[in-house]
Amino acid sequence: MLSKDIRNHFPILDQEINGHPLVYLDSAATSQKPVQVIEALDRYYRLDNSNVHRGVHTLGNRATDGYEGAREKVRKFINAKSTQEIIFVRGTTTALNTVAQSYGRANVAEGDEIVITHMEHHSNIIPWQQLAKETGAVLKYIDLEEDGTLSLEKVRETITNRTKIVSIMYVSNVLGTMNPIEEITKIAHEHGAIMCVDAAQAAPHVKLDVQKLDCDFLAFSGHKMCGPTGIGVLYGKKELLNAMEPVEFGGEMIDFVGLYESTWKELPWKFEGGTPIIAGAIGLGAAIDFLEEIGLDAIEQHEHELAGYAMEKMSEIDGLTIYGPTDPKKRAGLVTFNLNDVHPHDVATVLDMNGIAVRAGHHCAQPLMKWLECSSTARASFYLYNTTDDVDRLVEGLRTTKEYFNDVY
Amino acid sequence: MSTNKLDQLYRSVIMDHYKNPKNKGILESGNVTIDMNNPTCGDVIHLTMNVEDNIVKEVKFEGEGCSISMASASMMTQMIKGKTTEEAVKLAHTFSDMMLGKDLDDSIELDDLEALSGVAQFPARIKCATLSWKAMEKGVSGESQ
Repeated sequence: MLSKDIRNHFPILDQEINGHPLVYLDSAATSQKPVQVIEALDRYYRLDNSNVHRGVHTLGNRATDGYEGAREKVRKFINAKSTQEIIFVRGTTTALNTVAQSYGRANVAEGDEIVITHMEHHSNIIPWQQLAKETGAVLKYIDLEEDGTLSLEKVRETITNRTKIVSIMYVSNVLGTMNPIEEITKIAHEHGAIMCVDAAQAAPHVKLDVQKLDCDFLAFSGHKMCGPTGIGVLYGKKELLNAMEPVEFGGEMIDFVGLYESTWKELPWKFEGGTPIIAGAIGLGAAIDFLEEIGLDAIEQHEHELAGYAMEKMSEIDGLTIYGPTDPKKRAGLVTFNLNDVHPHDVATVLDMNGIAVRAGHHCAQPLMKWLECSSTARASFYLYNTTDDVDRLVEGLRTTKEYFNDVY
Repeated sequence: MSTNKLDQLYRSVIMDHYKNPKNKGILESGNVTIDMNNPTCGDVIHLTMNVEDNIVKEVKFEGEGCSISMASASMMTQMIKGKTTEEAVKLAHTFSDMMLGKDLDDSIELDDLEALSGVAQFPARIKCATLSWKAMEKGVSGESQ
């Protein structure tokens, strides 16, 4: 377990909600921000704010150094070969849409296949639905095992020589399942398909290595990993990105502009039209520094232990159903559950009255909810600042919820 | 725990409607059908009505959702049955005002609906309470499917 002192870096956690100390268990939706990130944003706006890549003046140089310095931090963070492969975008959704609209439109034709799974987040479903509709391609879903994992047999059965794109989440935001991305990438490549990875729930918790995974694209958001909202990353292999057309056109991304024809800057800037997300990138860089100082391996270990502890304590509550793999080692730090026939919204409201923040709803995964045969669930998700005390508070809150609804029923 | 505030939300009348909903089911002979969902939370409602001569003769609902949304739907069906479409729309507006914490017109009989006034203190739950009313309003305004 990590030291409890880590909490002290997060000023927001030091407050009361409805008369109780806040227990924040919704980090899979968005993480809280350490003072190091808040100060980096503050410092940038107080001292260095300027537009990038054009300033002859000193502030312009500082902003450019900060922005491009953040790109190098991201490159190192995911072990990409070059900063040319790191494109700053608004978030995972924008990154996946960029792959679908740029790579997809150019490489997918009628009758080709796009393969995803039943556990995907809407952001890794709808861009492919749209692409399939536009091109006449077939969208195929890999079926899940009963415990909410993927089997490589079913992956092999679904991917064929007609498959052009395989796009799968690394870690499920509902089931907590960690998918065997490296193995799936091999299978995709054997069939000549490219592999795209939705790493939104992986980047905050797992050491990413795009060279080891050998994936072709990988997308994640800054705000789930202690960074600000509005900044995310699209990683792509250089040879693929080089061959792709930008999806946004305008300032910053151009080389020469004529009246009827223009040319693009080289990578990565050709994909970054308009004034880029400068402060966001600098904030993300500060978040990476913070996470790396603690160590991604230590964070992952901490979450496995917390999830294991939570599952053990929660399964002692009568009538509580936990979804996803039962082995804590096979899952990330989140527990999705339902409590008897108390609706998840009602659970979340009673917990909130006790100062505990959890998510209730379909978690942007309606097809998965259908697969689980429930309309919604509650979810407690953990991060590096959570402790076993937080889990104890959750369990106590759930017992209170149960008693409360037993009484009012 | 702030039990008092919770008790304002989960009054016994609400839990009664949740456990024993009124007018649950599908009206096979209905001439108005409305499906509506709350995309942020997954609550769904399937409303069937029989509207004749501008009067809501019959109404039934099917749905899935939390205690607040289902209890509100049950109360809604109870209240609008036999009302003219204008009266039904007016009730929907009154209910919407109640959710926004506005002062209400005393002349309107709220009956059980009054129990939902505590929802106004829980901003995240207002949409749960208003789903069935929005569906009804859409239906009686002639926007049926």
